Amino acid sequence: MRRMSRTGAIKAGALVAGLALALVLPFVAPDPATTNIAVFTVMYVGLATAWNIMGGYTGYISLGHAAFFGFGAYALGLLLSHFGIAAGFQPFFFVPVAGILTAVIAVAIGWIALRTRAATFVIVTIACMFMLQLLAENLVGLTGGGAGLSFPVPRWSGDFFNIPYYFAMLALALVGLALSWWIRGSKFGLGLLAIRDDEDKALAVGVPTRAFKLTAFVISAVLVGMIGAVYGYYVTYIYPQFVIDPLVGISMVLMVFLGGMGTLWGPVLGAVILEPAQLWLAYNFGASRLYLVFYAAVFLVVILLLPRGIIPSVMELLRRRRQHRAEGPTGRASDTHETPRAVPRGAAP
Amino acid sequence: MSLLEVENLTKRFGGVTAVDGCSLSVEAGSITGLIGPNGSGKTTVFNLVTGFIPRDAGEVRFKSKSISGLGPDRIYGLGIGRTFQLARIFPRLTTLENMLVPIRRVGLRGLMARGQWNDEKAKAMDMLEFMEISHVAGLLGGSLSYGQRKLLELAAVMMARPQLVLLDEPAGGINPVLLERIADHIRQLNAQGATFLLVEHNMGFVMNLCNDVVVLHRGQAIARGAPAEVRANPAVLEAYLGA
Repeated sequence: MRRMSRTGAIKAGALVAGLALALVLPFVAPDPATTNIAVFTVMYVGLATAWNIMGGYTGYISLGHAAFFGFGAYALGLLLSHFGIAAGFQPFFFVPVAGILTAVIAVAIGWIALRTRAATFVIVTIACMFMLQLLAENLVGLTGGGAGLSFPVPRWSGDFFNIPYYFAMLALALVGLALSWWIRGSKFGLGLLAIRDDEDKALAVGVPTRAFKLTAFVISAVLVGMIGAVYGYYVTYIYPQFVIDPLVGISMVLMVFLGGMGTLWGPVLGAVILEPAQLWLAYNFGASRLYLVFYAAVFLVVILLLPRGIIPSVMELLRRRRQHRAEGPTGRASDTHETPRAVPRGAAP
Repeated sequence: MSLLEVENLTKRFGGVTAVDGCSLSVEAGSITGLIGPNGSGKTTVFNLVTGFIPRDAGEVRFKSKSISGLGPDRIYGLGIGRTFQLARIFPRLTTLENMLVPIRRVGLRGLMARGQWNDEKAKAMDMLEFMEISHVAGLLGGSLSYGQRKLLELAAVMMARPQLVLLDEPAGGINPVLLERIADHIRQLNAQGATFLLVEHNMGFVMNLCNDVVVLHRGQAIARGAPAEVRANPAVLEAYLGA
């Protein structure tokens, strides 16, 4: 009981400290180079968290989430130009609209892709992404095709420019985390975890697997779409290969793998480690794309040493140590309901 | 009264007719055994009744209403539970969480609400105690022994209070002591109102537990009756022993 409340206090403290740090960061370190890294890091926190709601909880690995990222960016860009929205703060209010449009396409893609499982699902998601990329390239009348699409550019000072985008990204990341946390503790989330473990068995005990999978897929895609919309506005100019980029889709997956699939904080940890490292490499070694080699190396290390990701591995280590201590003079005290679990807490708190 | 009625059920896999115009019924309150040689179509009948595979012809009625064409989750919701050969549980969920998955919650609020598990957890713990596996409630399903998994699977499927439970080889790979415990649990659940239909190869288990036996051979029900009658039926002997 005492340990429970102590770990609870540590968790709450870490949460408040992390949130406070995220809120004051752009004021403590206001130079544009730093805030730029912060924007992209928080962006990937959101993307990895959103991907994890589908990939981590249900075990359905989508490598095509870049499709929704790019779709969201195009949706916002086209909305802004169609309605003639001026640069400034107004475009941010259209981000949820881009999210709704992403939901429509996610329902359509999910409806088809989720008829398949395992490796086939992975391939279908990749195929859908390339289809969307080709459409963006060829529907010239709508998207501008290969010539790209420009966003209105705010006339903010260089020192201030990144800050609104940072907070927009942070807000979306926090919404994603809140959703992820909420789902994890709900009956819906328990159903998703059951699907991950054994889908047919879940079906046999009444989990409406199709509806659950599609819902998780759409929630995940909408978040990614909204983040993509903010990204498009931030970089001010997009074209198909750049914004529907397979590397964006793979990056978010790699971050979740590194931090721990199906955990709440794994995606955050993975993004906070990988994205600054990637940007550092990109800045220091130029456009050599050396970071791709780095990504491949990280991926291999994760597969070899931490196949379950950092958080599950650390939890397992802590569990073993605790068990070791508990097994001291009192014998096997761990063989009770309170036994800490190898996999971090599931849906039932 | 027949709780489950199967009429002229047919399923073909390519050139093989696994279930060939099979008709049978399960009386409410009974423990019915479904026996037959390997490949006679027992598990296929289970998969057809629970909606896991689509039928080619025929009709399945539960409480006199057709359930043909419904998906497994809907059929479970109507009150037909099932277990699988070789005990399938959720390995990365705890025993207790395994018990919570089958509990039905109605509406979006029920599905999305956080917490509110207290009643359901209490119910789940009662059932685990009944099955004598409450001491592993906090362990991951994947760390349980095979026997514990068998008990957990049975316990979990009972959580939504199904009226009819289909058990696929409940005695498979189980030691005699545990076997008697499982038979006991089934009898007690039956006394509380659940009807059972079970596929089993262990004849001792079937003859001892069931009060009604249906014999399947080449996808058709060839005999039906009390265990002693079925055992003496020449057609059954021929199906098992003969050409």
